[in-house]
Amino acid sequence: MSAASAIALIDYGAGNLTSVRKALAALGADVLVPAQPADLADARGVIVPGVGHFGATARLQGAWTDAILARVGEGRPLLGICLGMQWLYESSDEAPDVPGLGLFSGNCYKLRADAVKVPHVGWNDLHIDHPSSILDGVADRSQVYFTHSYVAPATNDTAATTDHGARFAAVVQRGHVAGVQFHPEKSGEVGLQILRNFLAMAG
Amino acid sequence: MLSKRIIACLDVRNGQVVKGVNFEGLRSAGDPAALARRYNAEGIDELVILDITATIEARQALGDTIRRVARELFIPLAVGGGIRSEADAGAAVDAGADKVSLNTAALANPALITTLADRYGSQAVVVAIDAKTEGDRFAVFARSGRHAADRDAVDWAREAEARGAGEILLTSIDRDGTKRGFDCELTAAVSRAVSIPVIASGGAGTLDDFVEVFTAGRADAALAASIFHDAETSVRALKEHLRARRIPVRLC
Repeated sequence: MSAASAIALIDYGAGNLTSVRKALAALGADVLVPAQPADLADARGVIVPGVGHFGATARLQGAWTDAILARVGEGRPLLGICLGMQWLYESSDEAPDVPGLGLFSGNCYKLRADAVKVPHVGWNDLHIDHPSSILDGVADRSQVYFTHSYVAPATNDTAATTDHGARFAAVVQRGHVAGVQFHPEKSGEVGLQILRNFLAMAG
Repeated sequence: MLSKRIIACLDVRNGQVVKGVNFEGLRSAGDPAALARRYNAEGIDELVILDITATIEARQALGDTIRRVARELFIPLAVGGGIRSEADAGAAVDAGADKVSLNTAALANPALITTLADRYGSQAVVVAIDAKTEGDRFAVFARSGRHAADRDAVDWAREAEARGAGEILLTSIDRDGTKRGFDCELTAAVSRAVSIPVIASGGAGTLDDFVEVFTAGRADAALAASIFHDAETSVRALKEHLRARRIPVRLC
């Protein structure tokens, strides 16, 4: 199978890729974990996964960012998962010195633990604000699996929000760039549908 | 609203699911992959595979069990039992575990919590605490409940959180396998002390036991084995019961 048909899964040392790989494989996608930015050249879509600290995204600066933006510029879809979604914004309070990609405007911030537990761990509702291709076939109030403490702000690009103490962006999409705060690879059939939608965007 | 999670535990020995009463007198309850498939279809929120023998030979069988279960399930999967080192945790993660659960090893070497949290993220590190009421405190036991660890469960949970644990799996040794209900006092004491989720375990017998542990016990999740294995109740029936009592759950 040639790399031209593969989805590139970016490994920048922020968590384990096994689950995302497995879910994509179960959907019949070929997955490539590029060893260097140049290996991204033929990817039909790019996924930036990741859990943990925003500071880890510093490893994506420079050549990786250039290669990812080049694919986006060619109309290839990009999906950020969890920390990977937060990286699509301008910045995060978790690592103020590390800039995000800035494809979506806003700064990521920590959930407030006044009335709820933080980290936010478990299954919670998606409140779908407006239709988007990444949520095609996903019903309003579907539940998905979250595990995180920081969130992206709800803006005009937000396709769905979730409530945990306050509303935050659960799904963001503009054109062929999308992000999900939860883990579609761990969200049962709803999550698989979202990954299917991404594969459809990748053609 | 964040749902209360229902977690099914597969106690596995030599690749087969077994369930003990008070950690002894094990009886067989079936094939792990088949059970996992059934629970997933019924809407279980998460699975825990607990290797209760954890000898060297059994651990290789465990890797195969994890792979078989993880291949077809796209919900969180935690693995515990006999994880003593970074290498053991790595093998479980490579086989498809999303979380590893540390018990005896964390008590013997608390720095392992931090090592694993740094490597895989806190969300991947569960610290399992087996506790028993002793007077006005909750005493922690290691080695499958056989060895007093000389620690208080509330203090140990706080320390585990500070060291990087992402969740606490709290088992009442007094209640385990008895079907007399969860130990809500123990669960509430630990849940109040930490901001990470607390999974209550040990003693589930009736649907109302779950209602109780999510209200009085302040649990974020509840774990059970025999109540589901023996098909006394389905996951779906339990969740419908909880929803009717205004406890948020995922119904799918």
